[in-house]
Amino acid sequence: MKEWQPKILAILCNWCSYAGADLAGVSRIQYPPNVRVIRIPCSGRVDPLFIMKSLQSGFDGLLVSG
Amino acid sequence: MSLKSRSVLVVGAGIAGIQAALDLAEMGLKVHLVEETATIGGRMPQLDKTFPTNDCSMCILSPKMSECARHPNIKIYIKSSVESIAGNPGDFSVKILEHAKYVDAEKCVACGLCEEKCPIKVEDEFDMQLRKRGAISRYFLQSIPSEYTIDDSICLYLNKGVCRICEKVCPANAIDFEDKDKEIKLNVGAVIVSTGIDAFNPIGFGHFGYKRFPNVVTSLEFERMLSASGPFGGHVMRASDKKEPKSIAFIQCVGSRDESIDHNYCSSACCMFAIKEAIIAKEHMKGMQASIFYMDIRAYGKDFDKYYEKAKGQYKVDFVKSKVSEISELDNGSLTLRYVLENGDIQFADFDMVVLSIGLQPRENIGKLAGKLGIKLNEYGFIRSDAFSPLQTTREGIYVCGAANAPKDIPESVLTASGAVAEATKYLRLDRQEITAKKDAVPELDVVGDRPRVGVFVCHCGINIAGVVDVKDVAKNASTLQNVEHSEDIIYACSQDCLNTIKERIKEKNLNRIVVAACTPRTHEPLFRETIAEAGLNPYLFEMANIRDQCSWAHMNEPEKATEKSKDLVNMGVAKARDLTPLDRLPIEINPKALVIGGGLAGMNTAKAIAEAGYEVFLIEKEDELGGNMRNIYYNFGNNPQEFLAKTISEVSANKFIHIYKNANIERIDGYVGNFKTTITDKKSENKTDLEHGVVIVATGAEEHKTEEYSYGKSTRIITQVELEKMLHEDEFPKGKIRNVMMIQCVGSREENKMYCSRVCCTKAVKNALNIKEKYPNVNIYIAYRDIRTYGFREKYYTELRDKGAMFIKYEPENKPTVKLVNDYNPDSKVQVTVFDPLMDKEVEVTADLLVLATAIDPLPENIDLARMLKVPLNSDGMYLEAHVKLRPSDFATDGIFVAGLAHNPKDMDESLTQAKAAASRALTYLNKKAILAEGTISEVNESRCSGCGFCEEICPYSAIEIDLEKEVAVINDALCKGCGACVASCRCGALDLRGFSNEQLFSAFDALDMTEALGE
Repeated sequence: MKEWQPKILAILCNWCSYAGADLAGVSRIQYPPNVRVIRIPCSGRVDPLFIMKSLQSGFDGLLVSG
Repeated sequence: MSLKSRSVLVVGAGIAGIQAALDLAEMGLKVHLVEETATIGGRMPQLDKTFPTNDCSMCILSPKMSECARHPNIKIYIKSSVESIAGNPGDFSVKILEHAKYVDAEKCVACGLCEEKCPIKVEDEFDMQLRKRGAISRYFLQSIPSEYTIDDSICLYLNKGVCRICEKVCPANAIDFEDKDKEIKLNVGAVIVSTGIDAFNPIGFGHFGYKRFPNVVTSLEFERMLSASGPFGGHVMRASDKKEPKSIAFIQCVGSRDESIDHNYCSSACCMFAIKEAIIAKEHMKGMQASIFYMDIRAYGKDFDKYYEKAKGQYKVDFVKSKVSEISELDNGSLTLRYVLENGDIQFADFDMVVLSIGLQPRENIGKLAGKLGIKLNEYGFIRSDAFSPLQTTREGIYVCGAANAPKDIPESVLTASGAVAEATKYLRLDRQEITAKKDAVPELDVVGDRPRVGVFVCHCGINIAGVVDVKDVAKNASTLQNVEHSEDIIYACSQDCLNTIKERIKEKNLNRIVVAACTPRTHEPLFRETIAEAGLNPYLFEMANIRDQCSWAHMNEPEKATEKSKDLVNMGVAKARDLTPLDRLPIEINPKALVIGGGLAGMNTAKAIAEAGYEVFLIEKEDELGGNMRNIYYNFGNNPQEFLAKTISEVSANKFIHIYKNANIERIDGYVGNFKTTITDKKSENKTDLEHGVVIVATGAEEHKTEEYSYGKSTRIITQVELEKMLHEDEFPKGKIRNVMMIQCVGSREENKMYCSRVCCTKAVKNALNIKEKYPNVNIYIAYRDIRTYGFREKYYTELRDKGAMFIKYEPENKPTVKLVNDYNPDSKVQVTVFDPLMDKEVEVTADLLVLATAIDPLPENIDLARMLKVPLNSDGMYLEAHVKLRPSDFATDGIFVAGLAHNPKDMDESLTQAKAAASRALTYLNKKAILAEGTISEVNESRCSGCGFCEEICPYSAIEIDLEKEVAVINDALCKGCGACVASCRCGALDLRGFSNEQLFSAFDALDMTEALGE
């Protein structure tokens, strides 16, 4: 049986963390592939509802960064 | 001048030519862009990465190339050259020779079959002879235009009359052997020459064994090896045995700073180029040893020294100050370097591979071109220009930019390009433009109410994505998703032919939402949005899935999981796209006046350039006279700075379009692009004035570093370089016999917490020392330095000073020179200076009659306040941070705000002048429009839900929300709203939402995941 892997949603600010995730790629920094990124214009956009909603949608974890 | 033309000729389509063309085109002028090769792009596409940010060169250039190709005001002539030019500024008639291409551009689909079947194979120029190409070829994969062309110097049919295979295999019937050279006549008002440079060919340097030893390569060849889209797929290997090198030596100044080949100039970019290559190579090959053999490390640009320190510290690149005299080959193909240290010691070291950091030299055919244009060359064979007219050739109306007049790196080229545009506008007619149907020429389809029909395009990005992710599988998976009508994989989504494919599919399949799975929307979303708009879709009906930067590059060793992730990202993109709605962009009126903050060299020249183009300028100066730091500069190698300054001040003062406010304090700045309102206070009268303007240029300058180091202030014989210059000018050299003058460089520069080079001090020291030598030939001059950074043509003066006998003593920052007063109680005491020279491994002691400190250029402390008012960033040193260090060097990320001069970074007068003109030109691209369009992704209020509580008004960082007290609802200023969405999250009533990032759209994306795997099988 395959080892269980959590699926993580990352909600990232376009200007910093999303750019950081791009930079990680440009620098070829390797990280686990079980993160799915949603780009938002600013971390100020994150409504508490997003957190509830993402867990409800089936994500196992959530990273908000901005 | 009533005859002013609205057309311009730009010769050479590298980054400088592209930038010049774009600026001119944005001002509404017609640009004829003439390029010798078969593509625009110039040298940049050959580069893998760019320093000091390690940005992928092609990734940052590609959007500009596409924009250039798509701009309706730009006409590109490839394989073309200028034949002659007649007439006068404002009314030139030019003859262009357009070389036959033998391929019908309208028909060619750039499939590449022709090149595959072409029997001729020659070494390819783009990949530095590391790969073969056919007689029919395109220069590189992302060439623009993308069509193939036939090289008639080697084509079998065109030379021997047999073959025509390409004609037979071409599925599009695009080959046209009847094509002929064409002569084109143009009338233009001004000419901008941006023909670039050639790389030095070290073939004549027998002692380095280039082309004799297979593992000795040039830095450009090495760059192609490093490039993922290069001939080796980014895998560095030795030509002799295809093995990965374990050690690489970089040899600097090959073809630069070399009087024996008449190259007595520094190529300016190669030090950073080598450091970059060493860093990137080390990232490619863990454990590889990189050594750089150098004379001086000239990391003089913005944030360059931090990069240099990172190479030394974090990447453990070895730097060896020496001169390599010979390279010999070992049996295993490795190489032995024989090098001479500064103290004369001869050393040997073995390396698996050697990279020659080749210098830059004038274009081979520059003499011919100069003859046709009637312009002169300088002593080095570059196009001639002067320190105080750095963009002007010797013929009025013809301007120069890029590396055609001096070796330059990318941002300098971009600055000179924009600067040359400002100069050229003198002879061009600028009419303020309405919002034209420029790019919206295609009427927008009404898709509201239609069922979503999503098109998905999955990009290979060459091997960048397809090398890891199974793109065909991702595209196949996408085709199974709800509402997806079309899905396909494409090689380079951003290339012109693929963009055309997207447009065709929209029409063919009636698509009304587009998802592109490729790189990052941060760089490529605008391009794709414009593309779908060209096919009649609202540009906001677009979504990107980032499967390169955030997938294939980050999971290179897990191709299956990367493919899974890509599918998920596409699912999420499609889900969001389904819910997208068309958005409008509101026109923002542009107030055609400019505010220039700072009345120094940069500010005055920005003001002058804008005023000369016919727009009003408010020029704000905090002091009671204009001139800034330039008031302290008296010499500039034969040019007279004070004369130039006086002339500039009188021109600025006399210009009726320039309103000067001296002794002015800025109290506040409100507003946004096109509509700023600034309140200034007169320091003396305390009167307030409100100014309304459309753009802001920050030219606030910098200040001299105040030091207490080296006993400064304790003796009148310890002075700064600025003070020395004044002393020389006023002929107030200290009384009594002066025998020894000691100079110490880098006082307050290149140290912890201030890790930047002040750029001008080496040249200033050399200039002042030469002046002393001229007036007092018998004075001994000692210069304690870390690296002498007399970049570009400044090298000549350094050589001259060395020839005149000045002593240069290197010191290390951990072992700085020590200074002792000869007599502690004498305010005019002579100074005992001891410098430990690590190269000679000995102490040098000098009793100096004068000690001169090269104090740093410091950012102004008040930058913090102004940056806050303007909402623009500063870098870690406190200098203003531009939008992009390579390609937008005088723009801020905030629209309508620009930077010039020392406020941006330390720089020399010619460079400040250039950036001043560049900022003016960038500002004119706004001022010359009556209105621009605001963003579409902004907040909206559902008034029926809003309770008018005002919480959003408080929270909005851009002051874009006000409460309408009568209706008790929030009102959003569409032009001010930056679409951050903070108000949406704060709204307790759910009355606010963000267009393009609505709750509904984001929730759809959350829900789109295929959870079967996560929930267990």
